[in-house]
Amino acid sequence: MAEQIVSPLPGTFYRKPSPDEPNFKNEGDTVAVGDVIGLVEVMKTFNEVKADKAGTIASFTVDNEEAVMAGQPLVELG
Amino acid sequence: MAISKLLIANRGEIAVRIIRAAQALGIRTVQAHSMADADSLAVQMADEAVNIGPPHAAKSYLKVDAVLEAAKSSGADAVHPGYGFLSENAAFAKAVEDAGLVFVGPKPETISRLGDKAAARAAAEAAGVPTVPGSEGLIESVDAARAAAERIGYPVMIKASAGGGGRGIKIAENADELAKLVSQARSEAQAAFGDGSLYMEKLVRNARHIEVQVLGDGTDAVHCFERECSMQRRRQKVWEEAPSAALDEAKRQAICTSAVDLARSVGYRGAGTLEYLFDDASGAFYFIEMNTRIQVEHPVTEMITGIDLVQEMIRIAGGEKLRLKQDDITLNGHAIECRINAEDPSNSFMPAPGTVERLVVPQADHVRFDTLLYEGYTIPPFYDSLLGKLIVHGPDRATAIDRMAAALDGLTIEGFKTTVPLHKALAQSADVRKNAIHTQYLEPWLEAHPIPS
Repeated sequence: MAEQIVSPLPGTFYRKPSPDEPNFKNEGDTVAVGDVIGLVEVMKTFNEVKADKAGTIASFTVDNEEAVMAGQPLVELG
Repeated sequence: MAISKLLIANRGEIAVRIIRAAQALGIRTVQAHSMADADSLAVQMADEAVNIGPPHAAKSYLKVDAVLEAAKSSGADAVHPGYGFLSENAAFAKAVEDAGLVFVGPKPETISRLGDKAAARAAAEAAGVPTVPGSEGLIESVDAARAAAERIGYPVMIKASAGGGGRGIKIAENADELAKLVSQARSEAQAAFGDGSLYMEKLVRNARHIEVQVLGDGTDAVHCFERECSMQRRRQKVWEEAPSAALDEAKRQAICTSAVDLARSVGYRGAGTLEYLFDDASGAFYFIEMNTRIQVEHPVTEMITGIDLVQEMIRIAGGEKLRLKQDDITLNGHAIECRINAEDPSNSFMPAPGTVERLVVPQADHVRFDTLLYEGYTIPPFYDSLLGKLIVHGPDRATAIDRMAAALDGLTIEGFKTTVPLHKALAQSADVRKNAIHTQYLEPWLEAHPIPS
């Protein structure tokens, strides 16, 4: 089974640091452990989501600004 | 027009509070709610509920069209905006009135006028209410800044017109520093905001935040004494009291009378709060702004006056004149409110939503808990972290603090972290007992007194 990076918190997932900036990561990018792949906003506080495993991003399973639950996969690693 | 069906255009503990007030007045309630709030306590308590959109507030609670549609489809004849969200949005208030409904709050033009800092300051000055001394308009040169600072008195704050929320502020202690900092502030403001305009205000060190509750019916106005909310973290109030132990009777009369003067002069309608800075050292008070809505910390005022502010604002919106004369409103004892948030005070106040596994609320005549919680409820992560407000009353401040300490011990919320441990520590603090606090007090105190996990 493909490895996944999951959301540590419930909240709203953002793929960019701010609306005018590019995505942290895109499909096909490689990630190292500790790389920021997105933000989860919980109760008006933004928390970085860091990769806890290395790999290549096969796909994002959640859209930008979508609501996520704690433990929900955000990224599939190829 | 007497209100028969009220739409609540808000969520959380204040929605619950408004429903209780409406029920006491025999008014039917409709709770407007987002998809994430379908299982909220407010939805369960209201007579009816209308889904107004997705979880994000921008797509539900902040959407004027969706809220108005909910009011119309449910046959509500009035809208209560609570606090935050659309409560101080003049365009929303006007849209409500244009739809033939009652807005529970001031007239739209009052919201606009008092929501504009310069206009609010001008209204205060016209009513004889002291404002923070500052430059008259923008400062055009270093010489002009020096002249203004001489008049205001050092230390002064140099502020960027385009700044806000504490950004772009510099403090000058004397004329030499001022000359340097004005040039520096101008280039930084130009770089950061694309606008180098500056103005100046007197810096009040170790100021207290004192605010006066008023009620007006559009013609007459009364005050319900003051609250002190100096205990703040990141400009968010944490612990509030009524009355302020920092004021003597003469000062209390002066500040409360000034609030009534301003409320009358603008024909204020509904419940409102005038915020002041209070300088302990000089005894001077300065008007900062007026909030044209019910506030989070209104219960401490209710506890010392016996007035139900939310009921009163609904009655006024329904067309009633003020029922209370100033002489009818008396100050009894002391009240304290602690804001209970879903945050971990042992870990930089990280938000910590979760599911309520167990909830035990202390029961006593002098204790009140305004909350959105019930056992089994899962807190949605999309809104602010306020879970409830624990409020106590006592015959005097020392007893109120003792009662707060006991009430905090009697409050059990299991399932996630809350700010209860912070309040327990504050209730034991000698500085809190002495009321030796100010608006910049709490953050350094937290550095020195970390809350154990």
